[in-house]
Amino acid sequence: MTDSAPSLAAAVLSGSRRALARALTWVENEHPDSAALLSTLYPHGGRAWVVGITGAPGTGKSSLVTALALRLRQQGETVAILAVDPTSPFTGGAILGDRIRMRDLSGDSGVFIRSMATRGSLGGLIRVLDAAGFDRVLVETVGAGQSEVDIARAAQTTVVVEAPGLGDDVQAIKAGILEIADVLAVNKADRAGAENTVRALRAMLELGHPTQRNRMVNHHGQRMSAEAPTQDDHEAELWVPPLVRTVATREATPENDGIGDLLDAIDRHRAHLTHADGDKLRQRQRGRIEGELLDRLSHALMARLLAALPAGTLEAAIDDVQSRQRSPHHAVQSLLDSAGKAAQPNGV
Amino acid sequence: MTDRAIRILIAKPGLDGHDRGAKVIARALRDAGFEVIYTGLRQTPEMIAEAALQEDVDVVGLSILSGAHQTLVPVIRQTMNAHDLADVPLILGGIIPEQDHAEMAQAGVEAIFGPGTSTADIVTTIRRIVAERGEPTA
Repeated sequence: MTDSAPSLAAAVLSGSRRALARALTWVENEHPDSAALLSTLYPHGGRAWVVGITGAPGTGKSSLVTALALRLRQQGETVAILAVDPTSPFTGGAILGDRIRMRDLSGDSGVFIRSMATRGSLGGLIRVLDAAGFDRVLVETVGAGQSEVDIARAAQTTVVVEAPGLGDDVQAIKAGILEIADVLAVNKADRAGAENTVRALRAMLELGHPTQRNRMVNHHGQRMSAEAPTQDDHEAELWVPPLVRTVATREATPENDGIGDLLDAIDRHRAHLTHADGDKLRQRQRGRIEGELLDRLSHALMARLLAALPAGTLEAAIDDVQSRQRSPHHAVQSLLDSAGKAAQPNGV
Repeated sequence: MTDRAIRILIAKPGLDGHDRGAKVIARALRDAGFEVIYTGLRQTPEMIAEAALQEDVDVVGLSILSGAHQTLVPVIRQTMNAHDLADVPLILGGIIPEQDHAEMAQAGVEAIFGPGTSTADIVTTIRRIVAERGEPTA
């Protein structure tokens, strides 16, 4: 392929799947022209609803994503899937096996699946898929470590997937993963122990969202997920993550698989964020953009500062700290001073 | 940029269900720092080409132990070409009789790894094939 950032961007926007695949590779590998590519694509994004799906290994995320994508396709929405698998910390290699469970989606030109190792910028890849015009971008990540927090930052709705038999209720608090959930799905809900998992998660939710209690007393019996979206829910200042039961196997039928409930919950969250002219969504986006800009700024400033340091200054500072002649605090102060002097030789 | 990970699709086309070899290779390639997209069993040529395209892989590896390579490989190569993937090399592992090797090369297979090939040899050969393409995916 003849590749320059403008021609690749144009091909992505015109719907070329090969170009889209190549653009994702550029962003993933931090190709020298990927910044130009992303800048060209950026104005064309902002349409897709990005749903993060995260949870421990074995909770059935890939199967759930597949079931969700099939349902979205039935509704006529186009779907991009980013399936993230861990990279080996030792070799940098990875086995990306999520496609195994996604075979039911093959042969559909309204679906694009990309596997990704945990490296590179999730946000950049999502932007490419968004600009390519997909209605939904589903991002599947293993919830172990930092990646689930990253996904919560990149997604508009984060679904945390749990399954029965993976640990007691303390595990659920311990993992800290619940705080990022906009929607909770108990997958494999046909298995023994599913009710215990549901009960434990409900208890956790009550701890985390005490105001929910009043509403639950009013509607006791069928507490959250079964409720129809009401005006009240949209206006409620606080979003309480609905809890849905899903069964993402091929044997499950649309009547009992809970996928419709999951999609409802996602759409209710979307309505919650976009309600009242999307004020909440805008606030959330502003927070993210601020975070990203500060992040990029600090990287850029750091690069500039290190470039401005006279050769050997950093090594000398390390020596001083190691030999306890200077504290780290003082060392940093003098590094800043010498970088400042180097950058302004005329003392401006 | 030679330090980026090589992306390879490992697929089992057709109906044979013996995926141990493919898994051993996938594991060895991961340990060599490759990113291995593993598709699992019973892939159609269309599924393989589609996955290779979406994943933008540097090379496609097929594992065939059923004896159906003469039927499957040419169709897979043609389907990949039809998907604008003529520049993506195809390699083959499994049980491929010696007398079929020339025919497979003719069908567009760049390397064949039979039983007993060391994983180190496979890694070296794939690195060489990808380097020869010199295709700047990064």
